[in-house]
Amino acid sequence: MSVAGDGGAGQTLIRIRNLSKAYVRGEQFIPVLQGLDLDVRRAEFVALMGPSGSGKSTLLNLVAGIDKPSGGSIIVGGVDIATLSEGALADWRAAHVGFIFQFYNLMPVLTAFENVELPLLLTTLSRRERKAHVAAALDMVRLTDRVDHYPNELSGGQQQRVAIARALVTDPTLIVADEPTGDLDRVTGGEVLDLLDDLHRQLGKTIVMVTHDPKAAGRAERMVHLEKGVLVPDPAPGAV
Amino acid sequence: MFVLKLLLKNAFRHRLRTLLTMVGMIVAVCAFGLLRTIIDAWYAGAEGTSSTRLVTRNAISLTFVLPLNYADRVRRVEGVTGVSWSNWFGGVYITERNFFPQFAVEPASYLALYPEYILPEAEKKAFLLDRQGAVVGRKLANQYGWKVGDQIPLRGTIFPGTWTFTLRGIWDGVDARTDEAQMLFHWKLLSENLRARGGQNADHVGVYIVGIDEPNNAPLISQRIDAQFKNSLAETLTETEKAFQLGFVSMSEAILVAVNAVSYVIIVIIMAVMANTMMMTARERLAEYATLKALGFPPAFVVKLLFGESLVIALGGGILGMLLTLPLAAAFAKAVGTLFPVFVVSDTTMLLQLAASVTVGAIAAAWPAWKMSRIDIVNGLRHVG
Ligand SMILES: Nc1ncnc2c1ncn2[C@@H]1O[C@H](COP(=O)(O)OP(=O)(O)OP(=O)(O)O)[C@@H](O)[C@H]1O
Ligand SMILES: [Mg+2]
Repeated sequence: MSVAGDGGAGQTLIRIRNLSKAYVRGEQFIPVLQGLDLDVRRAEFVALMGPSGSGKSTLLNLVAGIDKPSGGSIIVGGVDIATLSEGALADWRAAHVGFIFQFYNLMPVLTAFENVELPLLLTTLSRRERKAHVAAALDMVRLTDRVDHYPNELSGGQQQRVAIARALVTDPTLIVADEPTGDLDRVTGGEVLDLLDDLHRQLGKTIVMVTHDPKAAGRAERMVHLEKGVLVPDPAPGAV
Repeated sequence: MFVLKLLLKNAFRHRLRTLLTMVGMIVAVCAFGLLRTIIDAWYAGAEGTSSTRLVTRNAISLTFVLPLNYADRVRRVEGVTGVSWSNWFGGVYITERNFFPQFAVEPASYLALYPEYILPEAEKKAFLLDRQGAVVGRKLANQYGWKVGDQIPLRGTIFPGTWTFTLRGIWDGVDARTDEAQMLFHWKLLSENLRARGGQNADHVGVYIVGIDEPNNAPLISQRIDAQFKNSLAETLTETEKAFQLGFVSMSEAILVAVNAVSYVIIVIIMAVMANTMMMTARERLAEYATLKALGFPPAFVVKLLFGESLVIALGGGILGMLLTLPLAAAFAKAVGTLFPVFVVSDTTMLLQLAASVTVGAIAAAWPAWKMSRIDIVNGLRHVG
């Protein structure tokens, strides 16, 4: 999973320049992001905060390569993903991005084990290698006793842990999480945040997480505030 | 294989919906098969004909007869190997509902021309010796429970009076296409009866059956026969037995065209139902397909899933429908008795059923697969909740 511009922590993994995104609905022109610049270092854990509708999810989706910007560049590991074709972008996501969603987005007809195995189908790994990777990922999220359970047989927190295992099983450089604790109570949410912390500290993953919760954001190394589509300087603690 | 597992699990996610769709497929494929078999049965008379037999009839129409003395002249035509003749009797057995064809034939020559009627030697001998005797096909005998030696009374409609025959033999067809629903008796009996009443038609026959040496010469031999009787009082028209039988079918051609159309309309209807189900199913899973795409799966993967699922349901129902067609056709054949002398589900029909199932599955998946492979990921993910 090496990305161009090799090196340890401290090097820039994501370099966003003059990024803009706007929606056109009929006559209406809705600017969401305007001339946004942002750098994220390799192995950094960044929390993206801001009021509802400020464009957090939009920015995260652009960084993760599931949405296309209206202008500007998003260079991740030396690749300007804004210029990639749809197919190339899909391959890029499969290789470099792990997704964690607010509502887990697991396949209901697949067991926890199979859900985690899913992204490995896009790799050249053998069946046996896949099983080993899945077992390791489930071990990491401490769910080895629930491998044969279907999502509807798991609690929200357990489902999110399966989703985290699915996000890390391909060993991606970047993990994006859109309100990963948004649907969980404080305790389970805390467990999920602990896991993200592990991914960051133990595995050196770069994490960009959108959250409304200042406590959750506090777990990150850095907070970035978005307001009406532009980044604003960090307000003093307690001023949020 | 993972994909196979995923699409199978998807197919049976809504058990009731899938079950109902499959029942729809079963009924449609079954109805399609039965209707096609009815059409086949209609043409079976022509299918079961021999290419080495010609039929010579009065050129004006079938209701006009031909003189008996034509037999010798036909026999002398080059390429002719045998001649027999028959008259339609049109008798009623107990009630009008018990319809089956009866022919007064010249027995020895007739049986010689129909080697596909397998008759035990002893029964054949007994029949030839008994002027009051008759032989019937197995299907007919089974329907009325007749055994050799039974007396069979027929009430004449064209030839008045009650005619009682002694059953001397029962033939089995050499294969499923052979007619086993007819009755044959001695032409002489009919002729003598007519003579006794002073009828003028005593020495006349309905049609001549002509055996020929080489099927390819059928047109030539037909011409030669008809040339013999050109400008005579009763001119003839000779054609292959198949053409002769198709002449009967063509009278009901319009009905057959309608039945044929209906059989395909049924398939189109189930196709619409199935397409609707697949679209509904696909919409519900919008977020799942968006998630798959976000994870990096190509649109082709989503297409594969939808086509696979649709084909599993359509083929599952289709094959069950095909299997069900066989006993249903048998039951139908039994219920209508000898109305259709031959009623078999053909290989072609089964192949068409299979092809229809695959087509329904593929077409039903086409639109949802196209839509789902092109969904916008961000929009699709929004459908969670
Ligand atoms: N498909 C779309 N068409 C039009 N406008 C859109 C579309 N998607 C998003 N928007 C608009 O873009 C803006 C930013 O949306 P986004 O989802 O990024 O906000 P957010 O910061 O994630 O909010 P929340 O905290 O509520 O999730 C909103 O004003 C939204 O209405
Ligand atoms: Mg959001």
